[in-house]
Amino acid sequence: MTTRSTRLAAVTVPAVVALLLAGCSGQSSATGTAQAGATEPIAVRAGDTACEVATTSLAAGRHTFEVENTASQVTEVYVYATGDRIVGEVENVGPATRRSLIVDLTAGDYQVACKPGMVGNGIRTPLSVTGGAAPSQTTDQNLRAAVDSYRSYVRSETRALVDTTAAFATAIGTGNVDQARQAYPTARLHYERIEPIAESFGDLDPLIDMRADDATDGTPFVGFHALEQLLFERNTVVGAQQLAADLTANVGKLDTLVATVEFTPLMMGNGAKSLLDEVAKSKVTGEEERYSRIDLVDFAGNVDGAKYVYTALRPAVLAKDPQLVTTLDQRFSVLVELLGTHMGKAGAPGFVPGSPYVSYDALTPDDVKALAVEVDAISEPLGRLSGVVTGG
Amino acid sequence: MTGHDRRAGSAGGISRRRLFGLAGGAAVVGAAAGATATTLTRPASGAGSAQSIDFFGPHQAGIATPAQDRLHFAAFDLRPAATRQELTALLAAWTEAAARMTAGDEVGAGAVSGSPSAPPDDTGEALDLAAARLTVTIGFGTSLFTDSRGNDRFGIAAARPPQLADLPGFPGDALVPAISGGDLCIQACADDPQVAVHAVRNLARIAHGTASVRWSQLGFGRTSSTSTSQSTPRNMMGFKDGTANIKAEDGAAMDADVWVQPGDGPDWMTGGSYLVTRRIRMLIEPWDSTSLTEQERVIGRTKDTGAPLGRSAEFDPIDFGAAGSDGAPVIDMKAHVRLAHASHNGGALLLRRGYSFVDGTDDLGRLDAGLFFMAYQRDPRRQFVVIQRSLAGKFNDALNEYIQHVGSGLFACPPGVGPGSSWGRGLFV
Repeated sequence: MTTRSTRLAAVTVPAVVALLLAGCSGQSSATGTAQAGATEPIAVRAGDTACEVATTSLAAGRHTFEVENTASQVTEVYVYATGDRIVGEVENVGPATRRSLIVDLTAGDYQVACKPGMVGNGIRTPLSVTGGAAPSQTTDQNLRAAVDSYRSYVRSETRALVDTTAAFATAIGTGNVDQARQAYPTARLHYERIEPIAESFGDLDPLIDMRADDATDGTPFVGFHALEQLLFERNTVVGAQQLAADLTANVGKLDTLVATVEFTPLMMGNGAKSLLDEVAKSKVTGEEERYSRIDLVDFAGNVDGAKYVYTALRPAVLAKDPQLVTTLDQRFSVLVELLGTHMGKAGAPGFVPGSPYVSYDALTPDDVKALAVEVDAISEPLGRLSGVVTGG
Repeated sequence: MTGHDRRAGSAGGISRRRLFGLAGGAAVVGAAAGATATTLTRPASGAGSAQSIDFFGPHQAGIATPAQDRLHFAAFDLRPAATRQELTALLAAWTEAAARMTAGDEVGAGAVSGSPSAPPDDTGEALDLAAARLTVTIGFGTSLFTDSRGNDRFGIAAARPPQLADLPGFPGDALVPAISGGDLCIQACADDPQVAVHAVRNLARIAHGTASVRWSQLGFGRTSSTSTSQSTPRNMMGFKDGTANIKAEDGAAMDADVWVQPGDGPDWMTGGSYLVTRRIRMLIEPWDSTSLTEQERVIGRTKDTGAPLGRSAEFDPIDFGAAGSDGAPVIDMKAHVRLAHASHNGGALLLRRGYSFVDGTDDLGRLDAGLFFMAYQRDPRRQFVVIQRSLAGKFNDALNEYIQHVGSGLFACPPGVGPGSSWGRGLFV
């Protein structure tokens, strides 16, 4: 795994200096204001079934987590504050690789989550931090922090999309259909997490994500799903090179344009709702990934994106509508857990190489109904998010 | 919730229902005898009837209420992890919303009066429509008390009435689980189909996160009259259906056969009633190509007036012993009217409140049509089960050649509520 993405997971302004260090190089560059002197690095062994953290209690201050992926697959490690607000994250950690994660922690209860396969709720280890408490924030400060946090999320996801699309295109270039198929789901995951942002650029979303039936005489079938059809239905890379090159170019454009987006709490709330609407319309129904059947990967991507928005806005919502927070905390957790019951395993029925989830075709009608019910359950309260954060 | 009343809405201070009542010009004062008290009344038929039915009272509305023209019925399942507290919160929220909609008012803060940046509380498709005699009636399914694995999920298994015993299988049943059963049911009846659909839609929305729709059924035309003020309608077979029904005006029959009486079982059901639903698919094409004589033999009544064979008027008493000139019984021994009649079933009677349905066509191009049978009763074990045992199977009701039972439900419908109370409060004390 040579691709690497870094994320500045902004939290409460101004204490945030979560940094990702260049994985194997050991290089680091600090921004922000260093606080207390050097503390011992905390070892995190991220395995397939355990998330071992060297200590479960810490003093408030800046800490470095030394993450070692002991799992058999790519992993992610998160540090979560209450309500799954992301304090720091390192993703795309290949097996047997080490990476560092630096976070500033104020007093409170946290969880370290290891996510083998980069999906789901992860394996959680509690972490208690004592000492200096975070200064209380005004609503405006909370909203600013949420916007900053989401902006960096979108940027890092876009960069990950660029990297994973490049890997996908490279696999296509080598002519190896199996390798190309395996590279497809990861790129899709990153796209689906930020889909509403891409949709805000008019033609870019169709060029990247259109379906066969969106094509017309003047608009040929291009993008991810055109490649999906070649690879999974026609079982060939013939004719795929140019499509892959165009897709890479369009994803690059998206990466450039993201820098121009004006992020606001309103667009975040609306974006989260539109992600859930996407799930209800094209993922639960198995419409989107009609050749590869990896609809659950897209499903998870949309839910990740919506959940990120919610957790970023959560401190601001908590002050205005605590009942909404209780409801959304519970319902997101139920949905993510339910998704987690559909993980694939090599050799088991429904396994799709490169996808952490089983094929849509492996789901029973009851499975699909259960997923649809949970999506509907989140959709109602999530629809109220924009109104609450904009004071409506 | 902060209620916005449609009555204060854009209709110049005149309520939705009053506007229609006045415009209709047909409003008459005085409630149909025996029916739940109403504020404005006019003959109980025809779309757009303006009157509203009282939601509150000793019995739930929608049982003795003269049958409205349209139905939307929905069965709900609680989510597996739902708690007793979530269930009672849902019942409270449903009660409040149902009371508002029954009165012709919008749900919660309304369809257009809430925060513009939030989704409206009410979905809005009933704006500008009359109350249309909407009734919303709730029932508790057997699985609410004891689920399929025998679990007492909500701590109410001990309060399950003996009358709510799972229905036995009947010969010829072709029940589809996906359109049978359910933890809860909502019967929404109105004289305007959009008003009935609006009620179920908004209740389903309120339930999100706690319960979801398991199946639902639309009914486009009543097949029963439940009041002497109503004429007997025809079902999809073209025959008058429900002539011998219990009528709401017959208080003694209502107490004897419909309303649960003190001492019948647990107190929380006193004043309630048990509902059996059956989705009965009619094999329309074979029926249509059957001779009139054969159709009348199968039913036991004339198609024209609904009179029993051998008699001249619909409500003439039936003479099951009458023989024709050839010595054969005038009413066939397997005629539907004979085997379904109380005299054949130890006096068992039902308050039938069913609706005709047509759900388009099936894969073979045949009409997916029939009767959504609904019957209220005091004890299904002594009423529906007894009658259906007489009817079901190849050797019984001649009608079985033309029908198939594909869906089934059994629900305990609790008594009515007073203002400030909630459905099922007595069950969840």
